[in-house]
Amino acid sequence: MVLVSVLIAVSVGNQLPSSHSLHISSYWVSLLGKYLTYAILAVSVDLIWGYLGILSLGHAAFFALGGYAMGMHLMRQIGDRGVYGNAELPDFMVFLNWQELPWYWLGFDNFAFTALMILLVPGLLAFVFGWFAFRSRVNGVYLSIITQAMTYALMLAFFRNELGLGGNNGLTDFKELLGFDLRSDTVRLGLFIASGVALLLTYLLCDLILRSRLGKLAVAIRDAEDRTRFLGYHVDTVKLMLFTLSAMIAGLAGALYVPQVGIINPGEFAPLNSIEVVVWVAIGGRGTLYGAVLGALSVNYAKTWFTGAYPEAWLFALGLLFVVVTLALPKGVAGLLKRSSASTTQP
Amino acid sequence: MLCRSRSILVKTFNLCLLITTGLLSPSLVLAAVNTGDTQLDPLFSQFVEGKGQARTDALDSLASLQRDDVRAILSGILNNELMLHKPTSTVVWVSKQGREYALQSMDRNSDLGVAGKRDLKRLKLNNQLRRYLRNLIAGLGLRSTIASERLTAVTALMDQPANVESSLLNDLLSVETDPSVRSALNLLQAYKQTSSATTQERLQGLERLRSDLSSTTRNRINELVHNDPDKQVQDAALAVQLEQNDKVRLYQHAETLFFGLSLGSVLVLAAIGLAISFGVMGVINMAHGELIMLGAYCTWAMQQLMPQALTASLLLSIPVAFILTGLIGIIIERTVIRFLYGRALETLLATFGISLILQQLVRTFVSPQNVPVSNPSFMSGVLEINSVLSLTYNRLYILGFCLAVFSILLVVLKHTRFGLEVRAVSQNRAMARALGVRSSRIDSLTFGLGAGIAGIAGVALSQLTNVGPNLGQAYIVDSFMVVVFGGVGNLWGTLISGMTLGIANKLMEPWAGAILAKIFVLVFLIMFIQFRPRGLFPQRGRAVES
Repeated sequence: MVLVSVLIAVSVGNQLPSSHSLHISSYWVSLLGKYLTYAILAVSVDLIWGYLGILSLGHAAFFALGGYAMGMHLMRQIGDRGVYGNAELPDFMVFLNWQELPWYWLGFDNFAFTALMILLVPGLLAFVFGWFAFRSRVNGVYLSIITQAMTYALMLAFFRNELGLGGNNGLTDFKELLGFDLRSDTVRLGLFIASGVALLLTYLLCDLILRSRLGKLAVAIRDAEDRTRFLGYHVDTVKLMLFTLSAMIAGLAGALYVPQVGIINPGEFAPLNSIEVVVWVAIGGRGTLYGAVLGALSVNYAKTWFTGAYPEAWLFALGLLFVVVTLALPKGVAGLLKRSSASTTQP
Repeated sequence: MLCRSRSILVKTFNLCLLITTGLLSPSLVLAAVNTGDTQLDPLFSQFVEGKGQARTDALDSLASLQRDDVRAILSGILNNELMLHKPTSTVVWVSKQGREYALQSMDRNSDLGVAGKRDLKRLKLNNQLRRYLRNLIAGLGLRSTIASERLTAVTALMDQPANVESSLLNDLLSVETDPSVRSALNLLQAYKQTSSATTQERLQGLERLRSDLSSTTRNRINELVHNDPDKQVQDAALAVQLEQNDKVRLYQHAETLFFGLSLGSVLVLAAIGLAISFGVMGVINMAHGELIMLGAYCTWAMQQLMPQALTASLLLSIPVAFILTGLIGIIIERTVIRFLYGRALETLLATFGISLILQQLVRTFVSPQNVPVSNPSFMSGVLEINSVLSLTYNRLYILGFCLAVFSILLVVLKHTRFGLEVRAVSQNRAMARALGVRSSRIDSLTFGLGAGIAGIAGVALSQLTNVGPNLGQAYIVDSFMVVVFGGVGNLWGTLISGMTLGIANKLMEPWAGAILAKIFVLVFLIMFIQFRPRGLFPQRGRAVES
């Protein structure tokens, strides 16, 4: 409800003339759109960390993969409007003297195919990764570390020019999406609304899952994995399903993120990014979906504000947040809200 | 190539000069030369005015003078750095300055101003004289009292062994005492033998080259294989060549192994502190990389404090880094980690926060850029085993340092009261407490020990890589991999896994490239954990179940 009203308010605010006191500039619309995609990512992390007890330190990898899929589509949309004017090859391939498009770029001209890939590529990676990991009972800290290794390995791989995905510079200089000019204000607003709707849908989907038997089972696994297993439930299957779903949501978030910021590069795979996501969730409140959304929005707003006002202090603030939240607020801001509302209702 | 074209230029230039001077002022050429040095005057006059044998005799007499600057003068003549100044008839040192030449007196003590090209005349040389001069210079070098000069002189003769008199070589060998010069002379003699006219002699020379793997020797043998007139020599040379290629390959493998061990020692150093805190306390310390970074900055700080004594500052920074990072570790443990025992994932987040703070502290108070850390002299240089295999001292020392740190740690953990308590707590905390071990104190000390080792690792790393605020991040993923691969709570496992990963990385590098090799190693580790989730050497006993 809150989310819907915010969406409407921002959309209306953007349409108001710039002289109006409630006007919201396109810069802010884009920024908020970016935050919303982060919020989707945070929900995907909360789904498996908050409710299933799997701390993934590599979720940014799924986010980035989705982003790369979208970026590839956007690159194909540039056509012959690149610097070299080559209709067949993206600029960086011309620059590197590539003769033809690698096979894995085929199909990305098509939006439906791209949309499928956005979900499928991260989903498949998560499925294969999870299948191996959960089957051999890799859990807890070990799982966290190998997810981190996964994103680190992917980062190194994507930095290579030979991979054919832009190397160091990544994919950028996008022109349009589905025929809409990405630089126009209306399209930005459209992407913002799309992100909001996507967040709403993911939120509802996750909420639905968590209220179902599957959700109850997930919580049971989180709290007592062995016991659940002994009761005859297929723990590995549940974990695998939710982990894969979570990766697909992250991929979707990445795909919405890329057209709004206009670039995707291997830096998105950096282990630091994944850990930051975990912090949003921890700060907002692990184990509550709205907490994750809240955390993602507030931390990112703080980041924008700090890096503008006190660029030096941001890492101090973030570092302190990590420590304070884990020490003093194990349930995050959401836990705090819950506690205070509980104390007011029961005087 | 360059040399040759230059000498052609010089020749034509001399020719022009000869014609013009000959036409315009023949008297100048014939005038006696005044060098400002009574010893040199007659010789230079003889060299400039004379013809044929007289000129070589003049050079011979020059070379036999008992002066320190004989070699300099001879090479000055050879390189056209000595010229005849026509207006004064003096021989002077010249050096080109723009379009003119700066002049210096023969003894290099006084500047004589500048002169244009027209006033200067090169001392005439032909190719025969040049070769003669080179041999004279080399001969002077061969008789120098300084061993390194003799070595240079011998090395200079390596590519033209035919020009060296064998009697000269024998003379030199009979008096030479320095081993490196001796072996160079022997090599030269062998080269000379391989270009001799008799087959027997060439075979002997070939035999003497068998043990030498330098590239000049291998080229020489390759020449024999393809160009020797005698089939017998060709076959023998081919056999030697194959044998040498095998040896070279072997040494290259040894070099790869060394690089692997070196990388492995860095990994072990970075990971071993982590292995302690992770293995003993089950605590994931994400700030470990930053503790390494702080250790590296300790080296830098010590060098700033005592810039005169590089060696001492490096040695001192080992205990300083250990104490400083150890204290920081204890503070972290007391203020943060203590409250998070049993919640490994939360510890991971909190320590990550600390790592961000430490990084930013360095950026704010030192500099966001890398800081310069210099290597003391004993760390630089190479240990040359032979011409194919040479080991750099800094890597060698760090390998040794790593093993030393490892052994000390092993002794501390196995043979001290503290080590006993650490192991007790790691195996069964409740039981250890029941037996009177103050587990919380052990926790702080263990964490401090792990942090201190990280600091020491930083000191070592400062000698290999750039020291900057991001130093730690580069090592944190690798260190975790090493610990997980080796098996948590097992020092030997850490050592073996670090070395294995280092060698595997370097083995793959030649055909996969550095980055791809690293990716392969990571992928391999991810797969490995699936099959042996507790590493190569898992902990046994009840501790595993908790």
